Amino acid sequence: MADVEVTQDGAVRTITLSRPDKMNAFTRGMHAELHAALKDARDPEVRAVVVTGAGRAFCAGQDLTEFGETGDVGAALRETYHPNVEAVRALEKPVIASVNGACAGAGLSFACSCDIRIASDAAAFVPGFAGIGLIPDAGGTYFIHRLLGAPRAFEWMTSNRRLTAAEAHAWGLVSEVVEADALAGRAAELAAFYASMPTRAIGMTKRLFDHADTATLDEQLELEAQLQTVAAQSADFREGVAAFLEKRAPKFTGR
Amino acid sequence: MSEEELVRVERDGHVAVALLNRPKQLNALSGELMGALLETLRALDEDVEVRAIVLGGNERAFAAGADIQELAAGTPISLYQNRRIDAWDAIRAVRTPLVAAVSGFCLGGGCELAMLCDLVVASETARFGQPEINLGVLPGAGGTQRLTRAVGKAVAMDMILTGRMLTAREALAVGLVARVVAREAWLTEAKRVAAEIAAKSPVSVRLAKEAVDAAFEVPLSAGVELERRAFYLARASEDATEGLTAFVEKRKPEFRGR
Repeated sequence: MADVEVTQDGAVRTITLSRPDKMNAFTRGMHAELHAALKDARDPEVRAVVVTGAGRAFCAGQDLTEFGETGDVGAALRETYHPNVEAVRALEKPVIASVNGACAGAGLSFACSCDIRIASDAAAFVPGFAGIGLIPDAGGTYFIHRLLGAPRAFEWMTSNRRLTAAEAHAWGLVSEVVEADALAGRAAELAAFYASMPTRAIGMTKRLFDHADTATLDEQLELEAQLQTVAAQSADFREGVAAFLEKRAPKFTGR
Repeated sequence: MSEEELVRVERDGHVAVALLNRPKQLNALSGELMGALLETLRALDEDVEVRAIVLGGNERAFAAGADIQELAAGTPISLYQNRRIDAWDAIRAVRTPLVAAVSGFCLGGGCELAMLCDLVVASETARFGQPEINLGVLPGAGGTQRLTRAVGKAVAMDMILTGRMLTAREALAVGLVARVVAREAWLTEAKRVAAEIAAKSPVSVRLAKEAVDAAFEVPLSAGVELERRAFYLARASEDATEGLTAFVEKRKPEFRGR
């Protein structure tokens, strides 16, 4: 039985965490399948990715029945979560987390590693870690700190407060909230929009923003110059300019 | 240009680009490949029109290391007698500035080869390492010496004793590489650096390269003395007169290598 389901609609790849009876909690097996799915999504025919959960939850985080088994939590993180979080960042196309329900612990970290988050009004955001004596992992301290700023991130992660979708929206953690029934449709619509955009330029924009976190202005300007040189050689740039001059809508191919 | 050439050479003005071309073996440095490279570098170094050389591999690998099969087939005596590693010393004698353009794997002999160049321009994807310890041996083409001089004992020991690879940004932070550039730009940026060097006076560039290299060979007082003499020598060149005059006249100098 697959713990991760992959579907394709046009240029949109949807990756669904699928252990609905366990609230899609992460296991080693699910991580391996997720890693394969993220690797497959490098396919240039894929121009936008949606990550969501099957059933009522998005992802409850680590399956705690498995966590103690290896005895070495650090090694488990390095072998399972880290490659997947890095794979999301390395994917040079938008990755949209469509948060359909409970989003807790490492599931929250994973959602926050994505480029865009939208949520169902039934979603809830729960730090989880502090409630069981752990620290936020799987990039939680990195992404949540970036998204919310240090004061709010610290208060939230250490208080372990449960956040509704509306509160998450007010904080800027998610960019929009839709009714539960409408979420899948809205995610598909949003992904289809991004899939029609100039994918290489969007992928390079993602790289540039990630780079900006640790770069100086000089370094950032230099990388912009290098990547703009690449973008200016793309078919999408030629199409964009031609469409502008001909006063029509551009048809980007992602090349 | 034939696909079978082990080293592909391109020219662009005063810049020559030499690319290692054993892609299937990730540019493993076989005796044959090193022979072809040394011959190429020797010829380019003799050509006065060449003022800077870019040495690169391909996007996946600068060079992933020595040719393991050759090493496995060799005996201590055969390795000593065929002087295959000794031949690498010829690269140190190249007077033309060498810019290593590194994308992908730069491991073992590949890392040692990059360190023999004058400076390294690395793609953000580059990985540097001396993983020989994993094979029960150790770096044999200068790695223990040049890496230690480049990055200091702490990082050198970490890399050489554990085989740990450095990312391009780590390599930049510890001083192993001079610039890290976008993945797509590894070769164009290396060429740009080479072209900048090629636009200077080849007389002063070569004297400066020699003086910097001396910093790793001689005591400080001797190095400073060598530098001073190199400075006076450079001043005696027509290019220095041109450079100083152009500065005063607020125009761009035209260096002719005299």
